Amino acid sequence: MSPVADPRALRNSVCIVGVDESDEIGSLPGKSQLTLHLEAITNAVRDAGLTITDVDGIFTAGQHSPALLGEALGITPRYVDGTTVGGCSFIIEVGHAVAALHHGLCDVAVISHGESGRSGVGVSPRRDTSLSGQFEAPFGFGGAPTLFGMVTTRHMHVYGTTLEQWAQVAVSTRKWAMLNPKALRREPITVADVLNSRPVVYPFNVLNICLVTDAGGAVVLTRADRAKDCAKKPVYVRGMGESTEHVMLTQMKDLTFSEATRIAGEKAFRMAGVAPTDFDHIMLYDAFTSGPPIMLESLGIAKRGDGVHFFADGRSTPGGTQPINTNGGGLSYTHSGMYGIFPIIEATRQLRGECDQRQVPNVKLSLVNGMGGMLSAAGTLVLSNER
Amino acid sequence: MELDRPLPNPITPEARPFWDGLREGKLLLPRCQSCGHVFFYPRVLCPRCHARDITWTQASGTGTLHAFEIAYQVFNKAWRVKPPYVLAMVELAEGPRLMSNLVNVEPDPRIIKCEMPVRVVFCKLTDEITLPLFEPAR
Repeated sequence: MSPVADPRALRNSVCIVGVDESDEIGSLPGKSQLTLHLEAITNAVRDAGLTITDVDGIFTAGQHSPALLGEALGITPRYVDGTTVGGCSFIIEVGHAVAALHHGLCDVAVISHGESGRSGVGVSPRRDTSLSGQFEAPFGFGGAPTLFGMVTTRHMHVYGTTLEQWAQVAVSTRKWAMLNPKALRREPITVADVLNSRPVVYPFNVLNICLVTDAGGAVVLTRADRAKDCAKKPVYVRGMGESTEHVMLTQMKDLTFSEATRIAGEKAFRMAGVAPTDFDHIMLYDAFTSGPPIMLESLGIAKRGDGVHFFADGRSTPGGTQPINTNGGGLSYTHSGMYGIFPIIEATRQLRGECDQRQVPNVKLSLVNGMGGMLSAAGTLVLSNER
Repeated sequence: MELDRPLPNPITPEARPFWDGLREGKLLLPRCQSCGHVFFYPRVLCPRCHARDITWTQASGTGTLHAFEIAYQVFNKAWRVKPPYVLAMVELAEGPRLMSNLVNVEPDPRIIKCEMPVRVVFCKLTDEITLPLFEPAR
């Protein structure tokens, strides 16, 4: 039998060398999705100390193909990837870029996100609805809140989780947003504010649900040997993992536990040679307040049912021992629809020490974990500023 | 008559027997002839053993409320049912889960509980389309 290929050979072989948002994020009725992409790409490439002509690998997800981005940038890439499995696609694409760069299929990869999620400028008609149009829409389902709430009420039933505990996730995340000048919502909130905010769909009030914004973001990667010549301190991709479990929520085996997240996490931790409890900085995709606790449980960082305690006891907040979602998250910083690029940007900035007031001291190992759809897909990254 | 909710659209060929059955007051589920697995939504292969030998079986119409939400606003343009209304994920006695509404109940989280027993109620929308809704079973 031939030896089994081992992804640990890819550990630390590729670095994130550039990150940035579009020129502005928030409510941008004057900018198309394509413009948000192009702003983010040019800003991130500049952050890396590179030029657009250095880019030969284009990775993106959503409505615009990598071919369109190449055309609009005026370059002819020799590697493209348009994996679109929900908001974590960009996190998954970091893994794909690592493999492509490591094997010399491209030399400088850019992963780009641009979404006019709030204003809908340059947005195409919606995609395939053959299953949701048939088996969900006739019952009043429409949009993520009407689905993710199922995960949430089931978790409450199985583990006795309370509305107050979910609210603590929003409060913790807002504390970080108050320290981020780019965050959209920066006024302080309390658990009572969350519980008294406008009911949308039980168990969610409006403060349990992410923002809806217009934003772009991009990440530039290259091999470690070349990263030394870039403008900023390199951030090593030490581990990566991905998986998908379902698309239709009825098909999810256990609504309270994401199998895709477990698999993605185990792959990433093994490749990186780290334990789930080793991280001094954590970014989790927070489309809803119940998402991050369930991810902590699915990744093996918290015991099942205990994820909410990280937020309730102050561990996750500024000054806490386990900082989580330090940019203010999708709940308070920005959420254009496919949020996954932004936790990568924040983890990179934390590992570079660029975060001013919200900087976590002595960050060496950062976890990025995102979901696509309703915990349908998952992508996990282990990032470090040390080899 | 104006409908109070969107019709299923599109009806895919592999799901046609499901919709035909509902019109006759039957809740039909796909069943694998090879391994006996009953599943939903309809597709051409068995998601357990991957055989492409699928037939249909009539479900009992009973099950439990696996998870739920109470909608306080409207989430799709064609929806005319006045909020609040209950979004339901039902686990049928035969095993598969499907999305529906829980009706004939107060839309109150103090009353609605996961695992409460439910049974199907056939709700005729048009001559073509009948939806499987669910109500609490005693």
